[in-house]
Amino acid sequence: MTTTTAAPAWTGPVIDVDVHANVPSAEALFPYLARQWVDWCTERNWKAPQGPTVHYPPNSPRACRPEWRPADGRVPSSDVDLLRAHVLDPWGVDHAIVNCYYGVDSIRQPDWHNAMASAVNDWLVEHWLEKDSRLRASLVLPARDPESMVKEIRRVGSHPGFVQVLLPVRTDALWGRRMFFPVFAAMAEHDLVAGLHYGGTNDGVPSTTGYPSYFIEEYAAEWQAFGSQITSMVAEGLFQAVPDLRVAVLEGGFLWLPAWGWRMNKDWKGLRREVPWLDEPPFDVVRRHFRFSTAPTEAGPASTLERSLGWLRTEEALMFATDYPHAHDDDLTRLLAAMPETMRAKTMSENARHWYRLPRRG
Amino acid sequence: MGRASDLAPGEKMAVEVNGRSIAVFNVDGRYYGLLNSCPHRGADLCRGRFLPLVTSTMPGQYTYDTGRPLLACPWHGWEFDVTTGQSYFDPAGTRGRPYTVEVENGALVAEELRRGSLDLTPAQYAQATAASGRAGERVPGPYTAETVAVCVEDDYLVVDLRPPRPAPRSDRTERQPTA
Repeated sequence: MTTTTAAPAWTGPVIDVDVHANVPSAEALFPYLARQWVDWCTERNWKAPQGPTVHYPPNSPRACRPEWRPADGRVPSSDVDLLRAHVLDPWGVDHAIVNCYYGVDSIRQPDWHNAMASAVNDWLVEHWLEKDSRLRASLVLPARDPESMVKEIRRVGSHPGFVQVLLPVRTDALWGRRMFFPVFAAMAEHDLVAGLHYGGTNDGVPSTTGYPSYFIEEYAAEWQAFGSQITSMVAEGLFQAVPDLRVAVLEGGFLWLPAWGWRMNKDWKGLRREVPWLDEPPFDVVRRHFRFSTAPTEAGPASTLERSLGWLRTEEALMFATDYPHAHDDDLTRLLAAMPETMRAKTMSENARHWYRLPRRG
Repeated sequence: MGRASDLAPGEKMAVEVNGRSIAVFNVDGRYYGLLNSCPHRGADLCRGRFLPLVTSTMPGQYTYDTGRPLLACPWHGWEFDVTTGQSYFDPAGTRGRPYTVEVENGALVAEELRRGSLDLTPAQYAQATAASGRAGERVPGPYTAETVAVCVEDDYLVVDLRPPRPAPRSDRTERQPTA
């Protein structure tokens, strides 16, 4: 993968399911905020939600690939022209899904929280969706309050550019809890995918057992949060309550999944009485309702990758992503080489085209 | 295998039949038998608990069927339908071996013991059971087994290892169905 050409590993159609838009400054959102909330920001000299600076320390090697860092000092991926030059054009993508993890959920004041989420969505429409027809986007929701989440879905969820809802993987409450069922029902009603994405409120402990000391611990162990959320969504019967729900796991990895599935299936056999609505093996539910972005790829040694991909036991699970501008140093060539021929096209575009109901481009 | 009155409702026991251990259960007056070995890892199913079947099509809405108890294996909790031996979660792939356990009149048991129970053809069986009387008017049988003390006035539990029998006749109302 380079900045100017697509990887030689693949010459067919490409859909990139995880590219990031970064809000360059609080001021960029002011045109979309009521005067009261503009003043709220300026009176406090408030610059940005705190969450993302914790998840992605701005100068961390993970936060931005060096060649994608604008030389003029602009915030990486804060402008659609940067995305075009770095990903859309060189990769020749059919479509890319823009995810803006602004960290609205790290704002606690409930009304300001709601206003900021709406402002980000309106900014996404004007500065991204309307600028390039290849783009689709994820709605940002005020994730602390289910009722407000539903309201925001109803406000903008029918915009044809929004194909997904961005759900931070770290939350105050697990997404499978029943209080969120109406939120997922609203997503399904608007044909929106639930996009479970890295990040989320930094109020809670990032691991399941206390605070880590270093960024590497937090970053590399985030799959624990993904595992907890998937377990919650499957066990609590979300997919019986909302049978049409589609979920995308973004920037969560995917080769931890087989071990999760085996363990869940094993325990379900003896504990299913607790969750009788779960009337099939949990791993089967995941294969049907979840897709996973390829970035980051925890590929392991080349000699075992083909085997471990086989443990997924489906060719439909993966969707290609650059995770622009984040830097994972994924080796796409090696990943594709480890797949059966039929799985490559599915991973590079077809699975995403189906999941997000995207049209084929001429 | 013994007197019906020795196995009270809620009780269970393992009996050795032809070298096989068979778990026999009295669940609310109905008798069930299973090979006493879980098809998963061989646990003694006799040590399992009977739990009502619980099903659901929607979180929070339950059907709790006390009329259809499932036996939960003591090791991993896998649930089995004792009438068929089928596992609940994997009806196709995991199956215990069920045995029919019936309560039979002492006269019939005595006759079967005398003849050797495995020797009965279906026709002989039908003839023998036809003579075993109607509900409430048990007729003492003419035979007394010499090798096993069978009191013909009592009801006995019989574990049936034979192929399926012909359909029971409608006048044999004293015999309890197993499911």
